Order: sequence, then C-alpha cells, then structure tokens
Amino acid sequence: MSKVIVVTSGKGGVGKTTSSAAIGAGLAMRGHKTVVIDFDVGLRNLDMIMGCERRVVFDFINVIQGDAKLKQALIKDRRLENLFILPTSQTRDKDALTKEGVKAVLDELREEFDYIVCDSPAGIERGAHLAMYYADEAVVVTNPEVSSVRDSDRVLGLLNSKTALAEKGDGSAVKAQLLLTRFDQNRSANGEMMSVDDVLEILAIPLLGIIPESTSVLKASNEGTPVSLDEKSPAGKAYLDAVGRLVGEQIEMRANPGEQRRGFFQRLLGRTA
Amino acid sequence: MFSFLTRQRKPSSAQTAKERLQILLAHERSSGAKSPDFLPLLQRDILEVVRRHMDIDSDAVDIKLERSDDLSSLEINIELPSVKVEKARTL
Repeated sequence: MSKVIVVTSGKGGVGKTTSSAAIGAGLAMRGHKTVVIDFDVGLRNLDMIMGCERRVVFDFINVIQGDAKLKQALIKDRRLENLFILPTSQTRDKDALTKEGVKAVLDELREEFDYIVCDSPAGIERGAHLAMYYADEAVVVTNPEVSSVRDSDRVLGLLNSKTALAEKGDGSAVKAQLLLTRFDQNRSANGEMMSVDDVLEILAIPLLGIIPESTSVLKASNEGTPVSLDEKSPAGKAYLDAVGRLVGEQIEMRANPGEQRRGFFQRLLGRTA
Repeated sequence: MFSFLTRQRKPSSAQTAKERLQILLAHERSSGAKSPDFLPLLQRDILEVVRRHMDIDSDAVDIKLERSDDLSSLEINIELPSVKVEKARTL
C-alpha cells in the first residue's frame, strides 16, 4: 500500500526541501518506487536541489488544470531507477492548487508509487495546508532553535486538526515524527544549543532522526544531488538512518553518525569553528 | 579563456552552483510573463495539426526539454497508432 508523507515545518529555511530530496532518494535506494512533489507553487526549488531543473517541461499545476498528463510532468531521476520528481509551477501562485486537484493527482500517484513525499512550502497557508491535507504520515523538520520549535508545535496542531485523517473524526491521525536538522553535538553539550531531549520534551512526538550540521549539505545543494547519495557524509548517513526508521526498521539513534570517523584534528577544528 | 581552464579541472561545487543558477535564471528571466503556459498550448496545437491527418490519442504526445548554456532542445515524440514506431523530431 502506498504512503503519502508530508515534509513540513512551518518555519522556512530549516531544511524541508533538502530533507524531502534526501528522504525520497533514500527510499528509492531501498527499492521503493518514490515520487517527491514540490508544493511550493511560485517558488520552485525541489528541481534545483535534485538537479533536474533543466528538464522541467510540465508541472503539478499543469496536471491539476488538465493541461498535461501526469506521466508527462513526472521527471525520472537519472541516478536512481525508482525515483521521480513532480515539479511545481514557477509562474503561478498558490491559488492554482485546489483540494480536488491535489486529491486527483495523489490518487493517481498512489496507484503507481510506494511512497509519495510532499515537500511543503513554509508557512501555514494554502500550499502548506494542501501539502499536509492528504498525508498518512508527517516528517516535521525542526532546528534546535526557539522559533523553529515554536512553529513546529503550531504545525503539529494543524496536522491533528486540519487534515483529511483528522477530519474523519474516528480517532485517525497523521503519524507525525520529528526530524531534528542542523544539530551540533558539541554546542549542545556546551549548553549553547537545546539538546535532542529538550526538543522532544517540548514537542512530544517520536524522533525520526537527528541530522548533524554538515558541510556536505551545501555541497549537495550546489551540485543538485540529494545529500543521502553522499553516503560518506555524516548528514547523508543520518538521512539514510532516518529513512530506515521511516520504513519501520529499528536503527540506533546517533547524534552524529560520522563522529567515529573524524580524526583528532577534525574534532579540534570542529570545536573551535 | 578562464572558463576553459576551470573546465579542464574538476569544478568546485560552488562553481557548479553558480553555473547552474546562471543557466536557469537566464531562461527564467528571458521567458518573462508571457511564456509559462506555452508548452501546454504547443502540445494542443501539435495534436490538432497531427489529428487532421492521423487518428492519434491525446496521451500520445510526449514533450521533453533539455536546457544547457549553449543549446536547448525541445524533443517531441508522437506515438502513432497501429504502427509500433515512435517518430522523434528535434526542433
């Protein structure tokens, strides 16, 4: 059975698109047929992060409005056999998204894909609402920083009330899990950054993963490669662990999966930087 | 001259990022407000013209676009009924 997973956060710039790309690629690497949809109408960016920006012909909005068939708008990833991207429109605005249109596209995708990852725009308006509305599960991307945690709490409230599952009124709920990004173990240990437990205590949802602050994230974005394809990087590894948990595996939580590989000087530099 | 030199070596990821943005933004800026929906219209027109001569399905047209700094190509594949051959034309 296919699953619709929304990657959301409320706050902008916390890593929703990076996480959507990394999770989508991670699922495809495990052999699951996966599509990542960009819901940020007017500010298309998933295509750049996934490196297919030169191949966009038709988009999500064209499909919703009947100007193109779904298979014409889907872009097949060149690196991973099971990975597809559904880009959004760069020229329309979020009003082009309709509840009925989104449902029709998701229903059609459900017939063919194992996982449908919805990359939500920032904010809590139409685009973000529709990205989460039909979700079965949610990945709430949060930085260990006050405004991000506050916004995540607000988004969790919306997941519990303004989604198709919540509106059924039979106790169904979107399964929400926390993805803590840009985490710095050293700063947290020094008391400069909230700890994982601090954030978990406040938000009170299960932890999907901890993504360490890592230089490989900017490199991946520069090159248009999902960071989970960089299996040597701490962030790439952390995303792959998170994907394993997302599909139900028990994987030990490591604050920094790359830590044991770092040498003495790197650790020294990491601490002073 | 310099771009020739840098291309010989493996470009840094920052250089890659800059080049990707330059290509993309050049297209986005030049297309302006008029063109965003021209592809669905183009598809409709192509279907209409081909249908005057052949009986084809509305699903049978596939448009692919590939942009690069010196060349962009638009590839239109039309699947013909009963004949199991795809005709490709590059405009």
